[in-house]
Amino acid sequence: MADTHSVIGTKNKKGQTFTDTWKMMNDAPRTPSFYTGSEVIKEALRRASCDVMIAYPITPQSEAAALIGELFAEGYIGDYFRGESEFAVMSQCAGAAFGGARVFTTTAGPGTMRAMENFPMWSGARLPIQMIVTCRGINSPLSIQPDTLEIAYLLNTGMLVWHAETAQDFFDWILKGYMVSEEPDVHLPLALCCDGFFVTHTKDVVNLTPADMCLPPYDPYRSPVPCMDMECPPVRMMRDPFVMKSNYISYATHASWQQEVWAAVERSRKHTIKWLNGLIETENTDAEVIIVASGTAVSQGREAIRLLEDEGIRCGLVKVKVLRPWPGEEIREATKNAKHIIVPEFNVTGWLAKEIKATIPNSERVHAGPRVCGGMTMPPEIIVSEIKTLLGIHTVSMASRG
Amino acid sequence: MGICLPNPGEAHINGVIVPEEKAYEEAAKQFLMAKVPTIFPGPLVLWAWNEKAAKKATAIRHLYNTLKECVQPGQTPMLIPMPDYRPKYPKINPEVEINPNHPNLTIWHNKIDCCMFVGVHCHQANLALKIIRGGTSCYTIAMCAQAGHEDAMLSFRDASVEKIMKLAEWVRKLKGTVQPRLTSAKSGASN
Repeated sequence: MADTHSVIGTKNKKGQTFTDTWKMMNDAPRTPSFYTGSEVIKEALRRASCDVMIAYPITPQSEAAALIGELFAEGYIGDYFRGESEFAVMSQCAGAAFGGARVFTTTAGPGTMRAMENFPMWSGARLPIQMIVTCRGINSPLSIQPDTLEIAYLLNTGMLVWHAETAQDFFDWILKGYMVSEEPDVHLPLALCCDGFFVTHTKDVVNLTPADMCLPPYDPYRSPVPCMDMECPPVRMMRDPFVMKSNYISYATHASWQQEVWAAVERSRKHTIKWLNGLIETENTDAEVIIVASGTAVSQGREAIRLLEDEGIRCGLVKVKVLRPWPGEEIREATKNAKHIIVPEFNVTGWLAKEIKATIPNSERVHAGPRVCGGMTMPPEIIVSEIKTLLGIHTVSMASRG
Repeated sequence: MGICLPNPGEAHINGVIVPEEKAYEEAAKQFLMAKVPTIFPGPLVLWAWNEKAAKKATAIRHLYNTLKECVQPGQTPMLIPMPDYRPKYPKINPEVEINPNHPNLTIWHNKIDCCMFVGVHCHQANLALKIIRGGTSCYTIAMCAQAGHEDAMLSFRDASVEKIMKLAEWVRKLKGTVQPRLTSAKSGASN
């Protein structure tokens, strides 16, 4: 029987030392490195003691799946293979996780949508799979540029959903994500999202933990369900769903099952706050105008705040790091002084603004925009322009930007 | 749904985090007050799949024997296993087992008014505890080996042989000091 703590300080077959994750992430020296987001995913996986990675080659959206293949060739990943479609990949991930493996995969855009049926199944079966979602357009005409519409579909799957702003977030959160999602009172899959292309294809300085340190291995004996027991739920449900029986007991069982999945999402709050130092980050929350954003819209918001400061306009910022569990209380507190709440988004529907409106009092304060979609960029000047318009300040038209 | 679970060294009673010591006392009181105090051991302690499980099983048997020694005439301690989680149709035999998909049947049939889950996988325990809470008025205790259960009215965490033995000690310590609910007209187990 595996005992996570007993292996701390010992070495794996690649000579990496299994290290207490808290020490590895917070105390170990970091090396600044200049990498693309895809390369950062590979470097995080090198340190993740991952048993199985199943890939569908989502190039050109991200090279991560191919790069992790190199890790397998080097001996850092237990097993690695290609599925015949995203649906197949996510089903195979479930099989590996049912068998007690630490599992990793990546997807994006149309692939996420094709595989969608699997995600509530993962949650219902309490499988702590980590899936990187390098968001891209999901509708025709297709785009590999960032468009975060697919996140809206993930929000009600019962998965944990985090939204990284930078490659540094990505590196840290991949490793910390396993610590949260593998807690026995959580034990849910994690969709770790970023805005593809911007984060995956551009290079940035990322501070990496030592390559000779790695996470302790996954301990399947802490799972809240038996692993790979063909006679018992959750595996048995694949062939004999008790919900197919039409009686009160079946309905009561299914209802309790769903409630338990969402209770586990809520229970992740405590662990997520510990590892990510809160579900949100804030700056200047006493300002009358506050930008609330997630993903790279946060970066554009920061730049807009700098431009506004040059003109003497003070503006605050709320970076929403975690979407499930939803940081409702934190956002209510951070926006309580704001007269105007600006929510810039990289999608056409404005799902983040809707979530915020449903959370805070006096929701008419929320300005759902600016929004870009289909892979358009969001110049910070657009955010500045919207804020100035809201404040009744004359602004130059952006139309001439082309 | 979603209360904050206890940290190591703590327990919860009705969702309020308390020092573990207080939970031992309350659990022992609830056992000694009940007309049919019952232990539901699950697969993690029913099968000797490692040495620790076998030792826990022995400790649970000791707790059950202690309960039998410490209750008053008219109280009927029971030990009913949850051997597995398979959905069983048309229904289980509530005299010999409890099943997480319809645990209320066993509670109702045996008029159980206080029960303790031990050795049940967390997801299945929470599932059963939710149904018991929704469909019966049975007092529920969880001796959880992991992080604890918000769906139990009282929950320990990090269950070990020592903790089970300590609960047995508390039952023995409180013997004769707790008035059982024998005079109530109905079992607390009805809905």
